[in-house]
Amino acid sequence: MKRKNQRLSLLILAIAAVVAAVLLAMSALKDQAAYFYAPADVARQGLPLDRAVRIGGMVKAGSVKRAADGVTIAFVVHDETPNTIPVRFRGIVPDLFREKSGVVAEGRFQPDGLFVATEILAKHDENYMPPQLDGKSGEHKSESLK
Amino acid sequence: MIAETGLAALWLAAAMSLLQLLFGIAALRPAGAELLRAVRPVAVAQALLVGIAFLLLIQLFLRTDLSVALVAENSHSAKPWLYKFSGTWGNHEGSMLLWVSVLALAGAAVALFERKLEERTLVATLSAQAAIGLGFYAFLLFASNPFDRLDPAPLDGRGLNPLLQDPGLAFHPPTLYFGYVGISIAFSFAVGALVTRDVGPAFAKAMRPWVLGAWIFLTLGITAGSYWAYYELGWGGWWFWDPVENASLMPWLAATALLHSVTVLATRDGLRAWTVMLAVVAFSMSMVGTFLVRSGILTSVHSFAVDPQRGAFILALLAIYIGGALALFGLRVGTVKEGTTFEPVSREGALVANNLLLTAILGVVMVGTLYPLLVEAVGGEKLSVGPPYFNAAAGPIALLLVLIMGAGPLLRWRRDRLGELTRRLIVPLAILAASAGAVLALAPGIGLLPLLGLVLALGVGAASLAPLWKRNLRRTPLFTWGMVISHLGIAVSLGGMASESAFSKEVLVAARPGETVKIGPYAIRFEGVEPVAGPNWTAVEAKLNISRGGGAFVLRPQARMFTAPPTETSEAAIATRLDGQLYTVIGKENEGGRWQLRLWWKPFVTLIWLGGALVALGGFLALIGRVRRGGRKAARIDEAWA
Repeated sequence: MKRKNQRLSLLILAIAAVVAAVLLAMSALKDQAAYFYAPADVARQGLPLDRAVRIGGMVKAGSVKRAADGVTIAFVVHDETPNTIPVRFRGIVPDLFREKSGVVAEGRFQPDGLFVATEILAKHDENYMPPQLDGKSGEHKSESLK
Repeated sequence: MIAETGLAALWLAAAMSLLQLLFGIAALRPAGAELLRAVRPVAVAQALLVGIAFLLLIQLFLRTDLSVALVAENSHSAKPWLYKFSGTWGNHEGSMLLWVSVLALAGAAVALFERKLEERTLVATLSAQAAIGLGFYAFLLFASNPFDRLDPAPLDGRGLNPLLQDPGLAFHPPTLYFGYVGISIAFSFAVGALVTRDVGPAFAKAMRPWVLGAWIFLTLGITAGSYWAYYELGWGGWWFWDPVENASLMPWLAATALLHSVTVLATRDGLRAWTVMLAVVAFSMSMVGTFLVRSGILTSVHSFAVDPQRGAFILALLAIYIGGALALFGLRVGTVKEGTTFEPVSREGALVANNLLLTAILGVVMVGTLYPLLVEAVGGEKLSVGPPYFNAAAGPIALLLVLIMGAGPLLRWRRDRLGELTRRLIVPLAILAASAGAVLALAPGIGLLPLLGLVLALGVGAASLAPLWKRNLRRTPLFTWGMVISHLGIAVSLGGMASESAFSKEVLVAARPGETVKIGPYAIRFEGVEPVAGPNWTAVEAKLNISRGGGAFVLRPQARMFTAPPTETSEAAIATRLDGQLYTVIGKENEGGRWQLRLWWKPFVTLIWLGGALVALGGFLALIGRVRRGGRKAARIDEAWA
C-alpha cells in the first residue's frame, strides 16, 4: 500500500467505524430509550404500548394493597391533575417507598391501562427526589445541601 | 486554625501551579533555557502544598470540627473512625480536593521520575499539567471551598449517606481518581509533544509507563466499584449502565485504546497523530465524567449536592481544556510526520482494529450517556437510557473485539499470513467449537449474547495463553506475561458475565419463620428475625440456615436503620463458593408475620471481578517489565559514557 493512501484509508475507516457506531446507537436508542410519563402525559398522549417507559408521580394515599403472595403490591400514582395510573409490582419496594411520597417506576403498560413495573427506582435518602419529578410538584422538591 | 492553614496551603499550591506554568512558558522561549531546571522543583512544591491541604482536611474530619461547614454537613461525631476518615472525600468539596491532589501528585511524579523524555518536551508537559491544575484550583477556591467556616457551629453534624458508610469508600474513590486523573499525564504529554513537535517512538516509550500506571488504577477502581455496588445496593446487579459508571468506563475505553496504539508508535513508529489524539480524548473523557458527576446534572449516590453554578464552572473548564487541546492538535497535526506503513494482516493491523472497535464502543456509550441530557436540554422531554440499549449496541462490538484480542497477539509485526494464523490458533479454535457444542447441549435455551459470551470466553481464554506456547517461560519478558494475563483476565471476566446472565436463579417470597425455600443447589430455612444494633444504626437481622448436600451454614442479611441521617439500607449477606455466590436480602414484614426474602444463586459471578483483578495484575507486570528494561538500558548508556 502506498504511503499517502494508508493514512487516508485509516482515517476513512476510523470515521466509518464511529459513524456506524453512532448510527447503531441511534437506532438502538429509538427502540430502547425509556421515556418518562406523568399521569397527565398518559391522559394526553394515550398509552405507550410498544416500549418500556418510566412513569412517575405521587403514591396516592390509601391505595397501596398487597397481594396474597406477600411480594406483589398494587398502588395508584397520581399527579396534580385528576389523572391516575394503576401500578402493579412484584418485588421488594425501596426503603423509602410510602404513600403520599414521590415514586418513579420502570416497566410496560398493559392494553387495559395497568402499568406493570419491573423496577421501582430506589431513592438514596430522604432528601432525594427523582430528577423527573423536580419540576412537577413544588412542595416535594429535593433539598440540596447548599 | 487547621482550616485556615489548609486554605492557605491551597492558595499557595494554586500560586505554585501558576508559577509552574509561567516558568514553563518562559523556559520554552529561546532566551529562557536556564529556567528549564526550575520547573521540576516547582511541580514538586505544588504537590507538597496541596497534599498538606488535603491532610489537614482529613484531620478536620477525624476531629469532627463542626465549625467547618463541610464537616458539619457531611459528618457526625458518632460515626466510626474509618468513615470519618474516608468521609473526607464522600462529599463534593472533599472529592474535588482529592481530584486536584492527585493531579498535582501525578505532575510531581513526572517531575521526579521521568528521565527518558527530552527536557523541553518534559517542561512543556509539566506546563500543560499546571494549566489544568490552575483551572481546578480556581474551581475549588471560588466555587467549592472545603475549608469554609460555619458560624455558629451546630451541635452535631448531618452525617454521611449510609450507603457510603462502608469500607469500600476508603478504597474505591482514591483508586478511581488515581486512574481517572492520572490519565491527565497522557494528555499533558500529548500537549507537550505537540508544542515541541516531538511526536515519535521515544516520546511513546516515555509516555507508555504513565498511561499503563493510570490504566491499572482505573481498572482496579472500576472493578472495585462494580463489586461495591453489587454487595452494597442489594439489587444483585454488578453493572447498571448508570451515567456515573459510564463516566468511569469511557476514560477506561479510551485509555485501553491508547495503551495499544502507543505500543504501535513505540515499536513501529506508526499511528503518530492518532495516538496523540487518543491521549487528548482519554483525559477529555475524564473531564466529561467529572462534569457529569460533579455538576449535579445527574441525581445519584455520587452527586452529593445540586448546584448549577458549579456545573457551569466545570463546563467552562471542560470547553477551555478540550477545545484548547483540539485546537493545538489541529494547528500542529500537519507537522506530525506520517509514520511507517504496514499490511492489514499484521500485529499493527490487529491493533488498529482494536482501536477502531474500542472507539466505536466509546461512541456508543457516550451517545447513550449524553443523549438523555441533550434531549432534555433541547426539548425538555425526559427519557432514560438503560441496559437494553447498552447491551444491544455495545455488546456485539465488544464480542468482536474479544475475538480480535484472541488472534492479535499471535500475529507478527509488519506482515503475516492468515493461513499461518489459523495454524497457530488450531487448539483455541477446537476449544471454541467444543465449548459451543457443550453449552448448547447442557443449556439449550440459552440466549444468543450469553452463548457467544461463554463460547468466546473459553476459546479466547485459550487463545490468550497461546503466545506462551513453546516458549521458555523463565525467559519470557515480563511485559509479555503482562499482556497474556490481562487478555486472559478479559476472557475470565467475560465468562463470569455470560454465566451470571445465563444461569442466575432468583427467588422472591414472603416466608414465615420455619419455612424452607429452594434455590439452585441450596435449601434455605428461614429461622426468624431478631433485632441487632451497630455504632450508629439498628437493624432487623434474619437468620437463614442454608444447606447444600451435606454442608450447612448460616447467613444473616440485615435491614438497617441509620440514625444520622435517618435512612434505611439493606445489607445483603453473601456466601462465596468456588462455583458461584448465594446472595440473600431481607425486605419488609407483611401482615401475618411473613417476611420478604429475595435470594439469588449466581453461578461463577465472582469471575467478573477476578477477571478485572487479573487485567490489572497483567498491567502491573507489564509496567514492572517496561520500567526495569528502561532502567537497564539507561544504566548501560551511563556505563558507556563513563
